[in-house]
Amino acid sequence: MSSRKPQLVAALAVAALALTACGGGTTKSDTAAGNTPETVSAGTKADPNAPLKEGLKIAYLPKQLNNPYTDVEVGGGKVAVEEIKGEYKLVGPNDASASSQVSYINTLIQQQQDVIVVAANDPNAVCPSLNQARKAGIKVVTFDSDAAKTCRDAFINQASTQGIGESLVKMASELAGGAGEIAILSATPNATNQNSWIKVMQTELAKPENSKLKLVKIAYGNDDDQKSFTEAQGLLQSYPNLKVIVSPTTVGIAAASRYVSASSYKGKVAITGLGLPNQMRQYVKDGTVKKFALWNPADIGYLAAYAGAAMSSGQITGAEGEKFKAGKLGEYTIGADGEIVLGPPTEFTAANIDQFDF
Amino acid sequence: MTAVDLPAPRRSSLDVVLRARELGIVLALVLLVAVTTISNPRFVSGQSIRDILLGTAILAVLAVGQAVVVITRNIDLSVGSVLGLSAFTVGTLLQNNNLPVLPVLLAGAGVGVVCGAVNGVLVRYGNVPALVVTLGTLYVFRGITYFWAGGSQINADELPAAFLDFGTATLVGVPYLVLLAVLVLVVTGVVLRNYRMGRELYAMGSSPQAARLAGIAVGRRTVGAFVVSGALAGLAGVLFAARFGTIDAAAGTGYELNVVAAVVVGGVAVFGGSGTVWGAALGALLLTTIGSALAVLEINQFWQQAIVGGLILLAIGADRLVAVRVAAGLKKRGSHVS
Amino acid sequence: MSAELTVTRTARLANWNVAIIAITVLVLIVAAATVDSFGTSRNFGFLVLDLLPIALVALPMTLVIVTGEIDLSVASSLGLSSAVMGYLWNANQPIETIIPLCLLLGAVLGAVNGFFVTFLGLPSLAVTIGTLALYRGLAFVVLGDSAVADFPALYTDWVTGTIGGTPIPNVLIVIVVLAVVFGVVLHATPVGRAVFAVGASEQAARFAGLRPGRLKFWLYVASGLVAGLAGVLWTLRYSSARADNGAGLELAVVAAVLLGGVSIFGGRGALPGVIAGVVLLGALQNALRLSDVSNEALNVVTGVLLIVSVLAPNLARSVLQRRRT
Repeated sequence: MSSRKPQLVAALAVAALALTACGGGTTKSDTAAGNTPETVSAGTKADPNAPLKEGLKIAYLPKQLNNPYTDVEVGGGKVAVEEIKGEYKLVGPNDASASSQVSYINTLIQQQQDVIVVAANDPNAVCPSLNQARKAGIKVVTFDSDAAKTCRDAFINQASTQGIGESLVKMASELAGGAGEIAILSATPNATNQNSWIKVMQTELAKPENSKLKLVKIAYGNDDDQKSFTEAQGLLQSYPNLKVIVSPTTVGIAAASRYVSASSYKGKVAITGLGLPNQMRQYVKDGTVKKFALWNPADIGYLAAYAGAAMSSGQITGAEGEKFKAGKLGEYTIGADGEIVLGPPTEFTAANIDQFDF
Repeated sequence: MTAVDLPAPRRSSLDVVLRARELGIVLALVLLVAVTTISNPRFVSGQSIRDILLGTAILAVLAVGQAVVVITRNIDLSVGSVLGLSAFTVGTLLQNNNLPVLPVLLAGAGVGVVCGAVNGVLVRYGNVPALVVTLGTLYVFRGITYFWAGGSQINADELPAAFLDFGTATLVGVPYLVLLAVLVLVVTGVVLRNYRMGRELYAMGSSPQAARLAGIAVGRRTVGAFVVSGALAGLAGVLFAARFGTIDAAAGTGYELNVVAAVVVGGVAVFGGSGTVWGAALGALLLTTIGSALAVLEINQFWQQAIVGGLILLAIGADRLVAVRVAAGLKKRGSHVS
Repeated sequence: MSAELTVTRTARLANWNVAIIAITVLVLIVAAATVDSFGTSRNFGFLVLDLLPIALVALPMTLVIVTGEIDLSVASSLGLSSAVMGYLWNANQPIETIIPLCLLLGAVLGAVNGFFVTFLGLPSLAVTIGTLALYRGLAFVVLGDSAVADFPALYTDWVTGTIGGTPIPNVLIVIVVLAVVFGVVLHATPVGRAVFAVGASEQAARFAGLRPGRLKFWLYVASGLVAGLAGVLWTLRYSSARADNGAGLELAVVAAVLLGGVSIFGGRGALPGVIAGVVLLGALQNALRLSDVSNEALNVVTGVLLIVSVLAPNLARSVLQRRRT
């Protein structure tokens, strides 16, 4: 190897730097102001009385295919699309990558869909393509995971933070008979979703009607089955008078239920929180768990179809305050930034759990 | 080519070198565990060690199979996809049937045997390089699994309790999965070291032409090596299903990289002819321990992949130095090395 | 090498080159005729953008593989280039500085590979599997799992835009220029002849006064440089810098190069075939997607094509030989 080569590379680098250093250049702070995102306006005004169009082509593009939770979501979408006599289509990558989603969006533009319902893998990477779609007259509705606000027409939010926190406290209070010690088994100490729900719970618990409920401990199972299992064990050992364990994470609630169902605490301590019916079925049937909650994923896809169809038919434009009807779910009002909140989470009990498969 | 062709395995000097090679990994392992334990004594608690061993078990079974293939101067990139196909097959079989564990293990290995045979036959009779064949079947086997699964997932509650117990139960504190991995390791290790069949694989890796001239059935042995790798990948699929209980079509995606890394770190030369399955298993143990240690030391998990990469470079660099030394030493003594 | 052998070898190579180009053209015609909106100008733009990174990285990869080596780290170099681009952009550096720095970074990453392969004489497969993990790991260290957006519209628009009013994407210029450069180097210069000579027999090449080590080192630098460029273009196209950008792309690139008739053992291959291979894979993917064929089918097709591309000529040859004897 000759010794000139590194010098050559260095010289090139210096030259490149020198060239650009003189010219000033474009930096992030330069563009922050000037880089105004293009807004694609709907153009027309909303006509609340416009009839829902038939034969609308509505395509679902989830984060990735082959995910059971996603399957339930888009399954709800399929039902809704059939109700409004549209054409349902499901496409998506096997890996949750933004770049393959972009290719799919491009394909959907080519196929001249009327509505794209998408869960974005990267809020910005899908933006240019989504805006191209909107320029081509396609309405874009996001679910699960929002894209940047400037490149979609509406976002279906599964449930508000407030709604989840309130319903967790409501279930805990019912199970404790209105009074007694409760504990929380959360995910990781810095999990954003869980922490915001716990905050709402603490505010709720401070209210006079919940004054007899006492939150004794917040434990963290790190969303790891084994760790959650041992943490549940630890809670019951440390707090013999514990009445309810509330676990706002699907891993935690399943692990805690498994421990309690096989222990002497069964029947004395109630478990509740957010869980998947398929994982919780056996504990509901054996009486360990009386009730738990989760939003119904099928309703998310269902609502998205109606929102997209209403938009494509001109009933709404995505502006705050507009109202539209979403089949069996009733009437919805669009919130700030085009957000549509699905509503309070569904409660699952021994009576209704067999109606759900996800 | 770049690799110095190692002399045909002689006991004596080469054995010493190889043993030193494995000693190096053991030392690295001891050092890592010591440092981590000082910072957090719970790292050597029973549960933590059990977790590391369970993680190693699956990777080690794959690494043993890969080592057999690599020793013959081939490579099997399809192992992750074979694992996925086997895990899904086993999951489907068990979904509504309470089968005993042994036939399930055999079924998983059977899926692997078929996949391995496809690889082996294409390499041997199609005359297609192993890298190309297994890169192709990496796509194909994964595609088949996706087709079959069609989005469905097998949950722990659909699997019989006996099978899930197999994934967690222990014998005098040692999980069954780990015992099974050790069994695989010992059997393969002994065959490679002490049996004619095993020595022939090394001979093929050192010099395919010489091996053919020496009357070794190179073709049959090549197919055999791929079948072993496939079978072990299939077996690993069963272990995966038992350990995690939840199986979808993506099970084991990207494992091939970890497996090749474990084998290379464990001192198996990519150009064949040298290395042991013990080394490969140690490599798997080291990689898994690094993963756990980083979490315990609260080092950003993002460093893990970079460290693995650095380790591979370090390992092959060290091997190269040793090989040069050995070759020089042998030459000095006027040995038969050409 | 006898003259006769050279002739048959060239003939065989030409045959495969013609075959793969013919297959590609056939697929394009069939797709245009049968798949709705495949032949539109807008779809052409999407197609070119989708195959941009594979096409770029496949060019130097062809030369590397012809010398008998391989570079599996390209997709990770692309990712690291993208991550560093995002990091520097967040650090408020001017984009005009960032882009050359990312190209330089790519060249350095390639030089590291070249150093291990040529200086230390390590097997390139193992080295580049190592740097595949290393570079991707570093990309995550640099940027974590966050994404950086808001790149200047001037640049992102250029990458996604077309030339004037024509439907020809701007990035096609980049592909064509680089393809011509690499094509001329490989097929019409002493460097290219050295590449083939080294691939056919490194020892013979050395005896003939060539310096295989130096040649390979610079090919790795070129491979890294182009991967760095692909990282910049990728980032601008999606206006999103992420550490996982381009993950797994190395397999598609190797598949395209081998499909293009380049021998994994070195010494044999031609650039037009490789370009046909890239277009074939990209067009098939695009057409199948437009016809609502699932991703899984695509994986199977890619895998089978890859094996068949090597298997078919082998089988044809053995059949011919058997007939002759």
